[in-house]
Amino acid sequence: MKLFEYESKSLAQNLGINTPRGGLASTPDEARDIHKRIGGEVVIKAQVLVAGRGKAGGIKFGSKPEETRDRASEILSMTIKGEKVKKVLIEQKLNIKKELFGSIVLDRANKCQTVLASDQGGIDIEDVAKQNPEKILHHRLDPVFGMRGYDARQVGLKLGYTGQRLNSLTDLLSNLYRLSVIYDAELVESNPLVETNDGKFVTADLRVIVDDNSLFRHPEFQERAKEASGEVTPLEAKARENGLAFVELDGDIGIMGNGAGLVMATLDMVNHYGGKPANFCDVGGGANAEHVATALQIIQGDQKVSRIFINILAGITRCDEVAKGIVDVKKVVGLKKPLVVRMQGTNFEEGKRILNSIGITTLEKMDEAARLVVAMKVA
Amino acid sequence: MTLLVGKHTRAIVQGITGNQGAFHTRLMLDYGTQIVGGVTPGKGATVSQGVPVFDTVASALEKIDANASIIFVPAPFAKEAGMEAIDAGLNPVVIITEMIPARDSMVLMAYAKEHATTIVGPNTPGVITPGEAKLGIMPGDVFTSGGVGVASRSGTLTYEIASYLTHAGIGQSTCLGIGGDPITGLNFVDVLKMFRDDKSTDAVVLIGEIGGSAEEDAANYIAETHYPKPVAAYVAGRAAPPGKRMGHAGAIITGTEGTADAKMKRFSEVGVLVAEVPSELPRLLQQQKAALVQH
Repeated sequence: MKLFEYESKSLAQNLGINTPRGGLASTPDEARDIHKRIGGEVVIKAQVLVAGRGKAGGIKFGSKPEETRDRASEILSMTIKGEKVKKVLIEQKLNIKKELFGSIVLDRANKCQTVLASDQGGIDIEDVAKQNPEKILHHRLDPVFGMRGYDARQVGLKLGYTGQRLNSLTDLLSNLYRLSVIYDAELVESNPLVETNDGKFVTADLRVIVDDNSLFRHPEFQERAKEASGEVTPLEAKARENGLAFVELDGDIGIMGNGAGLVMATLDMVNHYGGKPANFCDVGGGANAEHVATALQIIQGDQKVSRIFINILAGITRCDEVAKGIVDVKKVVGLKKPLVVRMQGTNFEEGKRILNSIGITTLEKMDEAARLVVAMKVA
Repeated sequence: MTLLVGKHTRAIVQGITGNQGAFHTRLMLDYGTQIVGGVTPGKGATVSQGVPVFDTVASALEKIDANASIIFVPAPFAKEAGMEAIDAGLNPVVIITEMIPARDSMVLMAYAKEHATTIVGPNTPGVITPGEAKLGIMPGDVFTSGGVGVASRSGTLTYEIASYLTHAGIGQSTCLGIGGDPITGLNFVDVLKMFRDDKSTDAVVLIGEIGGSAEEDAANYIAETHYPKPVAAYVAGRAAPPGKRMGHAGAIITGTEGTADAKMKRFSEVGVLVAEVPSELPRLLQQQKAALVQH
């Protein structure tokens, strides 16, 4: 789960990490008032979960409170990469000596956390990573003992710091690591991490991504996790509330299957034969009739869906349960879109019989079914 | 391949009295796997599926002789269950449980490494040596004994591909899921090493998906070692949009990293036969075999 910048910074502040002075505004007038309160020049930042807001115009500056109100008004009416801006963060403009990049990431390949850092922070860090990968230092942390003081010092030294500044940076890195542990973060990233003219290190931006699998032990995020955030479309939110792994796509063939890999392969196959999937929907292993019915109703309720491909290779899942789910939808609300059903595996004979009884034929081969649904003429 | 499981395997099921644990213990027994005991805290001295149940792994080993474990316990307890199996000397340890926090997996894998224990998973369908034994939840009937080793990041897709192979008359030496999570015990490179050294394996199928760099690492390993056996691959998720998690915790494209196209390209570059759709795999393997015979 991605946290907004203002949420990430509020966690950081509690751990004594320097963040710029500022406040959160939902209206232009609130933005103006925050500027009045903190004084000086401010930066106005769109609070969105997608990356790349700077290049999309989601960061502006204000030298006077009235100007800040106008700029905030512009940003609050923006949609950045499909995500509507609902809040802006107003912060004091820092006296920047240098922009660094500092990140603690879950390193899948090495099965540990790794610190990534660079003395060339800022919005072009992706370009730095591509063109001058040697400018980004990697420092692996022990998976059990984590970041020790000397790990942080070593990173600070490599970034070119000594003396008091090295100690300040070491403290900040140690605290960012502490944040990653306390909140089970798979990513804690500050870019830019600013060295100010008066020798402080401040997280000018901060992004935190919490490991979804650890949410059960984080009651503090329980409410937040339920909110339909900018990351998910309304349809996705509805599907996820019902326990489905669901991703909305822009085609017209609705897809349902069991198992993430199989559903991904189903999308690929539909694409391969020239169709365009409308969604990724994994009902999971062992889905019962009710679960299947819910999934089917959500998919057929999507306006852009013209036909639906159900692909079941039953292991733990039972074909008869899937078939009953389809029958239930037919009885309760009706089948609104043409269906192609592929079934194989556990109790497939029974599933086939149930579906045949309501006039639906099933196919056994995935390729054949994918070709059929792609070629299907729709009104 | 009997390196991981086979007729010699004598397994304990941790979490044997839960729904999934009990159900799959029955299916593993039916397949011919030796399941010699189960563990559920608080259910010691009972019997499940005809198998004696104990409160801890250590107390089970006082009474029975076991050499492997399969874990079905809920995610919050999976890390300790894994450590308990490792401490008792069971190897391999197959972790079916999904949605384990990444930090827990990270610590568990470090512990396993220190004790030289092989972990399969987490979030895996398990491992099967067709005709001998299975430690996992895969439907046994889609597999058949033969010479192709299969390693996958996905469950149902593995069954799909195994059934294509089986229908085409291509048997499998061992099929295993490395797991759909970001952090897993075995990766493709580890499995490629096992298949290389395994006399009963003469070709390898890798079933990858978007996210991470397991496929690229495998491709680099194949190139660097001039891998001696033919390898074919399919990578799921070409149609996946960036930044969206496709069901598996590990299946997410970040930036331009982890795309299916990049992985397929890297595989092709190092001579791996890449299938556009899963159903092409049997044909690719047969062509490869024919080419080898001609030479």
